[in-house]
Amino acid sequence: MADVESVAVVWQLASRISDLTFEGALAGYVMALACHAVEFASRRATSTARATAAVPADGSAVALLTRDGDDPAETGGSGEGSASLTDRPGWGERFGRAAVLVAGVGFTMNVLSLITRGMAAHRAPWGNMYEIVSLICAVAAGAWLVAVNRTKVRRIGLFVMFPIAVLSFVGGTVLYTPAGSLVPALQSYWLVIHVLAVAISSGMLMLSGVASAMYIVRTRRDRRRDGHTDSRSVLDRLPSPDILDKVAYRTAIIAFPLFTFAVVAGALWAEAAWGRYWGWDPKETTALITWILYAGYLHARATSGWRGSRAAWISILGFASIMFNLFVVNMVVSGLHSYAGLN
Amino acid sequence: MPPRDSIAARNDEDLLQSHPARNGPRGALARGLAVLRNVWRRLTSMRTALILLFLLALASLPGALLPQWSTNRPKTAQYILDHPTIGPWLNRLGFFNVFSAPWFAAVYLLLFISLVGCLTPRSWELLRQIRTGPPASAPRNLSRLPHHATVTITGDATAAGRQVADRLRHAGVGGWRTATRTEPDGAVVVAAEKGYLRDVGNLVFHFSLVGLLLSVAVGGMFGYEGTVLVTEGDGFCASSPIAYDDFRPGPLVNPTTMTPFCVDVDAFHAAYTPQGQATTFRADIRFQTGGDLGTDTWRRRALEVNDPLRFSGDRLYLLGHGYTPTFRITYPDGQVRSYQQPFAPEDSMFTSQGAIKVTDPPGYSAADLRKNQLAIVGIFAPTAVVRGGIMSSGFPSLLSPGVAVDVYRGDLGMASGIPQSVFAIDTAQVANGLLVKKAHANLSPGQSVTLDDGTKITFTGAKQFVSLQTSYDPAQDWALVSVIALIAGLMASLLIKRRRVWFRIRPDAAPFGTAAPARHGLCIEIGGLARTDQAGYGREFASLVALAPGTESTAAGTVPAETVER
Repeated sequence: MADVESVAVVWQLASRISDLTFEGALAGYVMALACHAVEFASRRATSTARATAAVPADGSAVALLTRDGDDPAETGGSGEGSASLTDRPGWGERFGRAAVLVAGVGFTMNVLSLITRGMAAHRAPWGNMYEIVSLICAVAAGAWLVAVNRTKVRRIGLFVMFPIAVLSFVGGTVLYTPAGSLVPALQSYWLVIHVLAVAISSGMLMLSGVASAMYIVRTRRDRRRDGHTDSRSVLDRLPSPDILDKVAYRTAIIAFPLFTFAVVAGALWAEAAWGRYWGWDPKETTALITWILYAGYLHARATSGWRGSRAAWISILGFASIMFNLFVVNMVVSGLHSYAGLN
Repeated sequence: MPPRDSIAARNDEDLLQSHPARNGPRGALARGLAVLRNVWRRLTSMRTALILLFLLALASLPGALLPQWSTNRPKTAQYILDHPTIGPWLNRLGFFNVFSAPWFAAVYLLLFISLVGCLTPRSWELLRQIRTGPPASAPRNLSRLPHHATVTITGDATAAGRQVADRLRHAGVGGWRTATRTEPDGAVVVAAEKGYLRDVGNLVFHFSLVGLLLSVAVGGMFGYEGTVLVTEGDGFCASSPIAYDDFRPGPLVNPTTMTPFCVDVDAFHAAYTPQGQATTFRADIRFQTGGDLGTDTWRRRALEVNDPLRFSGDRLYLLGHGYTPTFRITYPDGQVRSYQQPFAPEDSMFTSQGAIKVTDPPGYSAADLRKNQLAIVGIFAPTAVVRGGIMSSGFPSLLSPGVAVDVYRGDLGMASGIPQSVFAIDTAQVANGLLVKKAHANLSPGQSVTLDDGTKITFTGAKQFVSLQTSYDPAQDWALVSVIALIAGLMASLLIKRRRVWFRIRPDAAPFGTAAPARHGLCIEIGGLARTDQAGYGREFASLVALAPGTESTAAGTVPAETVER
């Protein structure tokens, strides 16, 4: 009996740690949001272009000249400050770096929270709305950290951290459900595969959607500025449209096949659980709409006249449909996907 | 698909104008053909496909927002009742049956015609490209390309060209297709291209979409679903639609060719948490199919949620469960009979509602039979809790079962030919006075209620029932094959990059117009073009440059290249 009791204590402990680390993650995201806000508003702008010559390190007899976004100048690890090591970074720069650091801490806490949650409930920690939202936040934060490390996009951090912070706040308050077992309908290895794929693709597409929204803001600002060379705006400090488009697109081309796989995995699960692989359940229908929108986005990017802002709008619509599917369809429209755990 | 765009954008008017002053029937025919051609070009253009794609998303939207007859019949009916002005119109326009509405079909059929019309010529074009490799001609000025470099070496141009082509073909995965040509001024050009798989993937993706649509259509036409409630200890044999409580066939199903099989349900087990949340469901069944039917061989199996029984194309699912209360009726003439009937669960604690209908009570003449039919109507609760005179269930398992029933006697109205719900009596019969309420009682197992004529009704307990579903979809394997091809094609088309590179090996020439010619040497100009996605070509190009002879080591005689600014 003592054994059983000690096991129960461990479970409770894991559950408690999970809750605490989730709060830590939320705190991290909110702090990152605040730091990015300071960075975004700070006067010391970043407009000084840093010309980093692409000198081959090995001194070989080859001269390279590329217009590609992948060259060393653009992938400098710490983003904007990389070239000016000798200068004292401005406040904006300092807060920006701090924001990424804090977001990293939040992300780590978020992952820890998910792991301990899984230990407490003895199952994959994505069985209800709270857990799924937590997972989406972790993926979005992770994708953001990767993007910040690879490209100069840190200046949109405010707008990336905002939905993450809001989502994790909603998750920790409205959606929170204590760790528990799942109804038989959800006891399937397909839960592990299907929901994980949905959450990862959703988290990544959140980043893609924010980048697209910022693309629209930035290109609008650029258009307005043309002719008024002396007008200034904080929006000028957003990354260039090229970089934003690249972030949105590269995230989407990884997330879209994954989302496709998620829908297919859902269909395979539906075949095993409900007797048909597709039955126009509201969740399925909305997932199809999302899929069509992202397929449209990728096609639009390759169609003259649709590139740029139009494609970006489609990407935003796509992400809106993901959020609609996650919240409205689960909580308002009734269907077979009733796992919210809120009734 | 961008190349198609330019074709489609070219208006056919100029085509028409090139044959002016054509009159008469022949002219009309030509004009008609031109119009048709124009329509076809517009339909198969990328822009039209995009618009149709969005129309499809838009057309699906009511399917997600409004209740649908196919997925939620009662809610749909309620919605129409709640919206008396707009509801019937929406119904007439197919908004509650979106996915079989003609306008929905129109959108996806047009989209798929557009798709096939767009893809077929592209397939031939791609096949030609793969067969012939890249064109051997190179842009005149390679320094204008997004990626370019210059290398100077000494050696023989033809040999260097051969070496470059050879190295390219063996470089990396996927390999480059190369073509070599000597230009009039003696320069050797090696043109190379790779990433054909990207376009192969693109085509595979789109054609598997068509395949998926066809599989869905075939499945819808020839597939069927049948559901049946089976109480523990009972069974059913499915060889025709009659075996099912509800049978939903596709329009082309031939009921005589259904796979025959028999299922007996021995027991159903459910486990619950103390809060009443289910943790496991399991039905122990015996089944026979195929050769077993002739030899009376039964196979045992546990049927669980998420784990259907599959046999020769058919699948048997455990979809739900509930309770079947049992009664014993002692008739005035002393005859005793047992009755049972599944009751429909109303809430998560399995408060259930239903009716037991006795259409042939013994001891009556045929003339009196219709006046003495019995019905036991009411609530069953596996764990009965009575609050304020109303019985409900406090827990989903069979802890202290109870029924709260009304007993009616009279004409059930079953002979009228109008189908009745098995869970309720026809209240019109009660209103007409043909069916009269004789008693009301809350009963625990073993308790009974006696009617005025001496009929004694005893509640004997309850069994569990399971809701089973048979599904048949002849095309679902094809749908699976289609989506696997679809994902593979999608990944290839998104992740493989189409690249071009040219090496122009010019003997004794000035690189990119610099003043001093590299004497006794070769100047290799290298230019790279990303045909689809620029991303990542920078680094890749650097490794391509390294393929030029003489760059792997700074051997004697190699003249360093000039840095070129654009």
